[in-house]
Amino acid sequence: MMAVLISLFVIFTQLSVLAFGGGNTILPEMQRQVVEVHQWMSNADFSALFALSQAAPGPNLMIVTLVGWNVAGWQGALVTTIAKFGPSSILTAVALGLWERFKDKPWRRVVQAGIFPMTVGLMAASASLITEASVHTWVLGGITALVAIVTIFSRVHPLWMLLLGALIGLSGIGQP
Amino acid sequence: MNKIPEPSRDVSPTASAAPGSGPPPTCWALFKGFFWLGLSAFGGALPLARHMVVEKRGWLSAEAFTELLGLCQFLPGGNIINMSVALGMKFRGIKGAFAALMGLIAAPSFIVIALGMVYDRYADEPHIQNLFAGLAAAAAGLLISMAVKIAKPLRGQWAGIVVAVVCFVCIAVLRLPLLPTMLVLTPLSILASWRLSR
Repeated sequence: MMAVLISLFVIFTQLSVLAFGGGNTILPEMQRQVVEVHQWMSNADFSALFALSQAAPGPNLMIVTLVGWNVAGWQGALVTTIAKFGPSSILTAVALGLWERFKDKPWRRVVQAGIFPMTVGLMAASASLITEASVHTWVLGGITALVAIVTIFSRVHPLWMLLLGALIGLSGIGQP
Repeated sequence: MNKIPEPSRDVSPTASAAPGSGPPPTCWALFKGFFWLGLSAFGGALPLARHMVVEKRGWLSAEAFTELLGLCQFLPGGNIINMSVALGMKFRGIKGAFAALMGLIAAPSFIVIALGMVYDRYADEPHIQNLFAGLAAAAAGLLISMAVKIAKPLRGQWAGIVVAVVCFVCIAVLRLPLLPTMLVLTPLSILASWRLSR
């Protein structure tokens, strides 16, 4: 048990300091570690946990807490939450005092512009991997495509889209 | 998701509190403010955070909020998480940062675990399985739409597009670990952005 908690701590600490461009950029690495390297859960379970975390309120990375809980109960939830939110928060608290000094420096803009394409690539990777893990039937593929198109071209609230997907799923249409 | 391009336009102040004029919040006020934010934010907390901090409570002016957001976007970590820490730190030091962060994640942590318990309990029920399959498919659609929206500023920027595609292939196709991928690609990308900026 201790070994699992330590692994969780190491994995999520690393994810914490690598999460440039917000939360969802680290989903692929989280999935790789949790599903492929440590085999704590199946790919389908991972995508279900991600979906659950999207249906809950709060910051968009609550899947962190959920993965910890799923792997090692309450202790696991505590460990992943601290490991994921701690290091980046300490960095923010420290950088706050320095920001005045470097926010107008040319290198700050250059570095940020350099990180941005990485964020785009990682977000695309997240979308591709979660889609691969979630879509097993034509109907599920249809839900994914519909939600993507509607939310790209309109400002409809994401929660309605999740509800729509859940209802189509519940209806059992096209399910094995 | 909450990667917002540095906003230049400003929302007209329809506020009750004059922006940036309020007294500095106490730790308890920080906790409460972010607690409600955590509970009411679905799919992108940033617009709500701005509304609370600038318009409703008057903790910061619109300019100060945008500036602080710049820091939060620059650093790793969710923007809203970093925002809670930065605001708490600014007004009440380490205690304030802790209070704001705890306020933000306390309720969502318990809610998400409760949902996880429901999933575990009923994972074998065919109906519930179907429901979660639909939910997961919709969540995947939301991610695709986020990725498309985030990619838009790259239009026409060939160096950036090449980096994004290489990064995608490394992570999604080759399934390489994130750390070495970032250690190699990020400096190259920053170098390219430096050369192009001159």
